[in-house]
Amino acid sequence: MPPQTLVDKIWARHAIAVLDGNETLLYVDRCLLHEGFWWNIVDSLKSRNLAIHRPSNIIACSDHFVPTTDRSGGFGAIADERRRDLILRLETEGAELGVNVIGMMDERQGILHVVAPETGITQPGMVIVGSDSHTSTHGALGAIAFGIGTTEAMHVLATETLWQLQPKTMRITVEGRLPKHTTAKDLILSIIARLGIDGGAGLFIEYAGPAIEALTIEERLTVCNMSIELGARAGTIAPDEATFAYLAGRPQAPSGAHWDAAVAFWKTLRTDDGAKFDREVRIDGASVAPMATWGTSLDQTIALDAPIPDPATEPELSKRDALARSLVYMGLHPGQRLRDVPIDYVFIGSCTNGRLDDLREAAAVVRGRHAAVPAFVSPGSRAVKRAAEAEGLDRIFLDAGFEWRDSGCSMCAGANGDTLQPGQRCAATSNRNFPGRQGPDSRTHIMSPASAAASAIAGHIAGAAQVLV
Amino acid sequence: MTPFRVLDAIAVPLGESNVDTDQLAPSRFLMRPVFAELLLHDRRYGRDGTPRGEFVLNDPSYAGAQIIVAGRNFGVGSSREFAVLALPAAGFRCAIATSFGDIFASNCYQNGVLPVVLPEAAIEELLAILRARPGLHVTVDLPTQTVRTPACGPFAFAINSARKACLLEGLDDVALTGRYREAIARFEDTYYRDFPWLA
Repeated sequence: MPPQTLVDKIWARHAIAVLDGNETLLYVDRCLLHEGFWWNIVDSLKSRNLAIHRPSNIIACSDHFVPTTDRSGGFGAIADERRRDLILRLETEGAELGVNVIGMMDERQGILHVVAPETGITQPGMVIVGSDSHTSTHGALGAIAFGIGTTEAMHVLATETLWQLQPKTMRITVEGRLPKHTTAKDLILSIIARLGIDGGAGLFIEYAGPAIEALTIEERLTVCNMSIELGARAGTIAPDEATFAYLAGRPQAPSGAHWDAAVAFWKTLRTDDGAKFDREVRIDGASVAPMATWGTSLDQTIALDAPIPDPATEPELSKRDALARSLVYMGLHPGQRLRDVPIDYVFIGSCTNGRLDDLREAAAVVRGRHAAVPAFVSPGSRAVKRAAEAEGLDRIFLDAGFEWRDSGCSMCAGANGDTLQPGQRCAATSNRNFPGRQGPDSRTHIMSPASAAASAIAGHIAGAAQVLV
Repeated sequence: MTPFRVLDAIAVPLGESNVDTDQLAPSRFLMRPVFAELLLHDRRYGRDGTPRGEFVLNDPSYAGAQIIVAGRNFGVGSSREFAVLALPAAGFRCAIATSFGDIFASNCYQNGVLPVVLPEAAIEELLAILRARPGLHVTVDLPTQTVRTPACGPFAFAINSARKACLLEGLDDVALTGRYREAIARFEDTYYRDFPWLA
């Protein structure tokens, strides 16, 4: 047998049929749904008189519309009736249909892409799909994981399968180590800045190399989360001892004899020597610096110390227009140094950077200092929130003037009403800086938790190195 | 699903690259049914709800357009199918661009919307002609896989044969998968025997 990539191995285990040598009927292990699209998916399932093929493989979690401020009033306290109805619909209908519901008041509640790994739902070798593009996150544990639309999700519910073209693959090898004050977020932003937002278009990425192996599982989740921002189908990292140690003892992970069998299988999930990728990219980890976005697409990312680019120096007309439009939207001028730009707001949270490691990273910068602008932390899950409180991180943020909120997607996309005022500029640890993403005419700068924390203290975009002096 | 065969209609030259899903269907509307004004809502309408006259989709000379022509990465971003559904809700059945967001393109096929990839030179030519002659019809011919106008083309485009067949017949994936019910059952028997911890 010719040498295979990690993705090829997982794919082959899940292929049921192949049409025209390309279109594959792929078996799906887990499907992750949220209340934002549950209603569309179940409406289309019911309109066709279809049943859920395997409800135990479906996870439904309230995260997009849930409030992040005071939940003591329960569902009744959700001001917006439509949001409340859609949350309740997922939670009651999900229970009726027998899927695994993680509701707003459940102690496991949080953002799907934080909850599934930390409960052990996400496992190596799986094919995981979700009604959310950041389903790519789960590849960090050695799974093939990607977002799908609502019609495809309906198809998965009805059949536990999905039609997909055979994967084309790219390996991104990160050599060396990341420098001090440089995080997994800076690494993935740097990769996007170099390759472009279509640099991974249609590809299944495998991240490899010493700098990737040195990342904690939570850091790997951050990297794989933003694979979609490269236009990639998915991003994955070969499971290793760190992965097995992370999963051991988690409630949904295999146990006993099943654990031993699972680990034996997981150890086979590595790219063979000599396996061919459709594209190979090498990056020197030491060349990565703290980064943030300045514009309205993820490739408009520069080092904090760099000047904002001048469209006049861009030879290609369409790119020049895009740069100019972004500058106008963001209210910035060419040549301004990114880390001097004043901000109005700081958001720390999201499926990209709402995990315990992220909150520790931000707290280390905030400790003993005070925020110069309104700022809040939304831990990625209730479990993250409890763990952070157990080590006193909540006090550090509260003492610094941050709000310490509940868990949900919150101000990443503002679907729950956590939005900026028009024209406000936010340092955010989330994943997208699109126009209007955090509310109409909002201005978003995507960065690491350490940089967002430093920006909160400084009142302008800053890196941890500027604050920790 | 409505079949897609030959579409002869006015095309609007949007031209921009990186028109993302949040612009196509802003997230604050995702909790409501799809409506005609959803498409590019915050680009088409000001904060007070009045149409922005300078935006090309509001230009009356392109009224009734069913084809939208964009640059690179049309529909990049989230998995929201609303970003696709907003197109037919506003009368569009086809988007032409040099590349598409992956999930967006998959969602198009599920909803009878044809995503056509053309080379940059062809897009530039199309955009120039549509701007010079507003209201010009463009013909998107799926059986022959070509795009043409009275003034330029034809431009050939590629499409996966299974996707093409489904669009031509108005068949979606569920109908196709129905033929594989026994194969799925056989697969599951073996699969859960090999990986009992996944059951």
